[in-house]
Amino acid sequence: MSAALTIEDLRVAFATEEGELRAVDGVSLAVARGRTLGLVGESGSGKSVTALAAMGLLPAGARVSGRVLLDGEDVLGAPAERLRALRGAAIAMVFQDPLSALHPLLRVGAQVAEAVRAHAAVSRAAARARSLELLELVGIPEPARRLDAYPHELSGGQRQRALIAIALANEPHVLIADEPTTALDVTVQAQILALLARLRDELGMAMVLISHDLGVVAGAADEIAVVYAGRVVERAPAGELLAAPQHPYTWGLLTSTPRIDAPRGAELVPIPGRPPSLVHPPPGCRFEPRCAYARPAHRRLDPPLEPLAGAEAHEVACLLPEAARGELWRRLAQGASPAEARAAVPLAEDAP
Amino acid sequence: MLAYVVRRLLWGLVLLLLVSALTFVVFYVLPSADPAALRAGRNASPETLAAIRHNLELDRPLTAQFGHFLERLVLHGDLGYSYYSDAPVRSLLADRLGATVSLTLGAVVIWVLVSVPLGILSALRPRSWLDRITMGGALVAVSVPVYWLGLVALYLFADDIGRWPLLPGAGSYVPLVRDPGGWFTSLLLPWLVLAATFAAIYARLLRSQLVETMAEDYVRTARAKGLSERRVVLRHGLRAAMTPFVTLVGLDVGLLLGGAVLTETVFAIPGIGRLNYDAITHADFPVIQGTVLVAALFVILANIAVDVAYAYLDPRVRRA
Repeated sequence: MSAALTIEDLRVAFATEEGELRAVDGVSLAVARGRTLGLVGESGSGKSVTALAAMGLLPAGARVSGRVLLDGEDVLGAPAERLRALRGAAIAMVFQDPLSALHPLLRVGAQVAEAVRAHAAVSRAAARARSLELLELVGIPEPARRLDAYPHELSGGQRQRALIAIALANEPHVLIADEPTTALDVTVQAQILALLARLRDELGMAMVLISHDLGVVAGAADEIAVVYAGRVVERAPAGELLAAPQHPYTWGLLTSTPRIDAPRGAELVPIPGRPPSLVHPPPGCRFEPRCAYARPAHRRLDPPLEPLAGAEAHEVACLLPEAARGELWRRLAQGASPAEARAAVPLAEDAP
Repeated sequence: MLAYVVRRLLWGLVLLLLVSALTFVVFYVLPSADPAALRAGRNASPETLAAIRHNLELDRPLTAQFGHFLERLVLHGDLGYSYYSDAPVRSLLADRLGATVSLTLGAVVIWVLVSVPLGILSALRPRSWLDRITMGGALVAVSVPVYWLGLVALYLFADDIGRWPLLPGAGSYVPLVRDPGGWFTSLLLPWLVLAATFAAIYARLLRSQLVETMAEDYVRTARAKGLSERRVVLRHGLRAAMTPFVTLVGLDVGLLLGGAVLTETVFAIPGIGRLNYDAITHADFPVIQGTVLVAALFVILANIAVDVAYAYLDPRVRRA
């Protein structure tokens, strides 16, 4: 199946006082209809900027290159009017904080109906009827009453459902959900993720699920791309990535997230340090300053994203030998600390 | 909501009582001209002065005067008689209200019509020449006194003394009911002068509000729906940016209805402000008291109106 959304070598930079900030630095992704791609990384890793680039919603000062293909059409260089026609129709987005993403002074029904009427020449009454249908579809209780409610009168989960209803108004082919559950209670999170999965199947959408939480993405995505400092550092089918993660950053995400299947007594290990400056990124591997297993040479060498020897679908950008990575993860998964794992696995000092 | 408005109105009455008491105290405690001496003319005998004092009730204790004032006001809606012109204060006020209302409302219409588009355009194009001009204009408008601007306008454009005699100058006011055309042209210059002092500031206010709201998440949501930029700005950005603007319009209108003293004086418009100014120069206490009360009443009503409007503009306030 051909991809509904393809991103090729996307680069987005912003001019700042200190210099050019490269928020996204050569990201390539693809999602087919009916599939979910999980995009995972810390805040500031470039996940949201990638999503905004796909929506054509980057701020005016952004410098963009690469290709974003929506059903085969390159939207990156498309004129504003064409982008407007695609936005909310072919590609739609669900935002992070539903309270601030809904207009506080307009009724929920009006905000949904407006999305309908932005792309379909229908009467007010028809748009209202369609809005009611959409609120029902996303499972808002008493939808007829909620049409006339203001956002502050809804619960957090209902607001997020209303935002999803807005995104679905014109049955888009591609739905980008940017941290759709971050502002919600855990029980509501699960409901929203289930709702998104059901809607994706019913409407046959390609979905991009963005989260800083690998746990959220793990259960919901078919494929996962881990983003670090503006680049994809590892990409694999979800099961594969969780079973045999290859990148030390992915290991860090996994061991710093509570997991039900973790060995008893295993401690949560935070990733030390902070993401690097995107104005002056490290010259070698970008994760090197925070990596417990880095060799001196990794400060100079910038690893490309390459498929594993045995698995074409699993790609990683890491300079460690594949055998050593397997050994290291085996120990970490058993509850060893990074220092213990590193001590147990011999790594040549000078060679990569 | 109704209970709220009634409660606010009752508090307003209390406030008016305090204002009138304060006016009494200020007038009699602070040194001012002696109303009796001003009326008696030159070289009046002490007997004449005493008789006039007695006539004006100035020989009674302050509390008794205030009590009598309140009694007349509450029971008969009577504000007393002008010392200076002997006319009832109530009818003096009624005669002057039309001019003040005309001046205020005309100026409001102009400054809102000018500042809204200016504010929107400079918010959407920050640092453009338009943005810089309104920024400079606001600075000038804040710094320049309205009476000076009024005099300059008369000097340049008044049909009697102006370099380019385009519009009727000072003292040309005619009431709307007598001559609508004359009313309009005579007020055009004062309207423009009064509006000029407000328009640039309002444009700046709207600009800063709109710059803020255009960066909000819900504006991004509106764009993500694929709405036209025009609709994003007008329906989503502006809708949220208007609330403080409307609030300020209400308060300024209340203030101006109490009399745009300087503008009315420069253009010799027979309004409440001019009446107040004249009453002060003549130590005409009943008229001072009347104009102060009218001004206070408008400010109080404007505040209530603004709060009610706020509840309509922002549904989140309605609940609280």
